[in-house]
Amino acid sequence: MNDVTAPPRLGLTPWQTVGPFFHYALPWEGGENLVREGVQGERIVVRGRVLDADGAPIPDALVEIWQANAAGRYDHPEDCQADRPIDPAFIGFGRCPTDDDGMFAFHTVRPGQVPGPGNSMQAPHIALGLFGRGLLRRLVTRIYFPESEGNAVDPILGLVESDRVGTLMATREGEQDGMPVYRFDIHIQGANETVFFDV
Amino acid sequence: MDVLQYSPQNLSEPPSLYPGYVSTVPRSPRQKLVSIPQTLTEVTGPIDFGDRVLRAPVHDMTRQGKGDPIGERIIVSGRILDDRGRPVPHTVVEVWQCNAAGRYIHKKDQHDAPLDPNFTGQGRVVTDAEGRYRFVTIKPGAYPWRNHHNAWRPAHIHFSLFGAGFATRLITQMYFPGDPLIDIDPIAGAVPADARRRMVSRFDIDTTENEWALGYVFDVVLRGRDATPMENPL
Ligand SMILES: [Fe+3]
Repeated sequence: MNDVTAPPRLGLTPWQTVGPFFHYALPWEGGENLVREGVQGERIVVRGRVLDADGAPIPDALVEIWQANAAGRYDHPEDCQADRPIDPAFIGFGRCPTDDDGMFAFHTVRPGQVPGPGNSMQAPHIALGLFGRGLLRRLVTRIYFPESEGNAVDPILGLVESDRVGTLMATREGEQDGMPVYRFDIHIQGANETVFFDV
Repeated sequence: MDVLQYSPQNLSEPPSLYPGYVSTVPRSPRQKLVSIPQTLTEVTGPIDFGDRVLRAPVHDMTRQGKGDPIGERIIVSGRILDDRGRPVPHTVVEVWQCNAAGRYIHKKDQHDAPLDPNFTGQGRVVTDAEGRYRFVTIKPGAYPWRNHHNAWRPAHIHFSLFGAGFATRLITQMYFPGDPLIDIDPIAGAVPADARRRMVSRFDIDTTENEWALGYVFDVVLRGRDATPMENPL
């Protein structure tokens, strides 16, 4: 698949664990809040726990998310969908360390659908990167929403064994300040192991 | 929509499960990772967000207190490149480390070594148009950890990098040349020996400043865009 006439590629710098002592450096005030005053779309809360093989909470993990805005547009030059506006009140990137109970929580908006390979459309989703002590490299997964119409034809969900698709679905967990709350627990290992992606 | 994908992950990445690093045993998936094509989600990512959300840049980690931190002042410099040698400009590089005595400012760091009131151990720089970065700090000490009997981490600086997209994200550690702990450290050792050397900085006399500080060079290579669009794997 690579162009054989191209110069040899440089070796990539390898991954190393974020370790247990990142808290003073990486989290920032409000890092879990992707919305600003006047944001477009439906505001939601996404929260969950990070759990190990024994179901024990992981209190020293770091969760990052990256998502499109409510119109399905990424704030990035590679996204050329001129008919979908960038929302200056929305930041597509968030970062949250887990607390003593392994919990993380983000305030964001429900993402719009974005194009997939070919002529496909992807269902609304949030890309998630998980870091932590004991994780030599980032684990990547996606958060989907159970009621989204596009789920049945989503090109990425279609690559996942059907009995494991459920691990990528957030569950509705009531409301907070009038906003829908979605729960997304991450099981690194065990009977209900979350699907992780090689991207 | 077909997008130009980033190059594949390196074969010389550490595995998720490396029993010598004991914490990986309950914290690594047992199911195979599901390979997916890079979509617009993976080839885009947070850029130009640094000034909007992150704290102010810190180019000199020896100037964060009222006085000078204890230890050996050093300069760390290098370039962030993609795997075809092209610079990655204007990208955020976050760094953190322990102090010269091997102690972090962290409530869970129990190492019996002194804190330094003049050293926080965190910095943030942005690469220039040629992908260059530079910061000044104190050479970190080795520190013990409880992975096994007499376990000591080699001196290291943690690096967090973004690159151009979600798929190019990297967190790594920079080590120092000649450190005998590197090859017996299970975290560095989880990486095959050839690739492990890419995490070791080199001493550089041209980065070194006369009568002031030794200089180390650490270049980082992130995944780059493929030269031609890949066949659509779907
Ligand atoms: Fe460390």
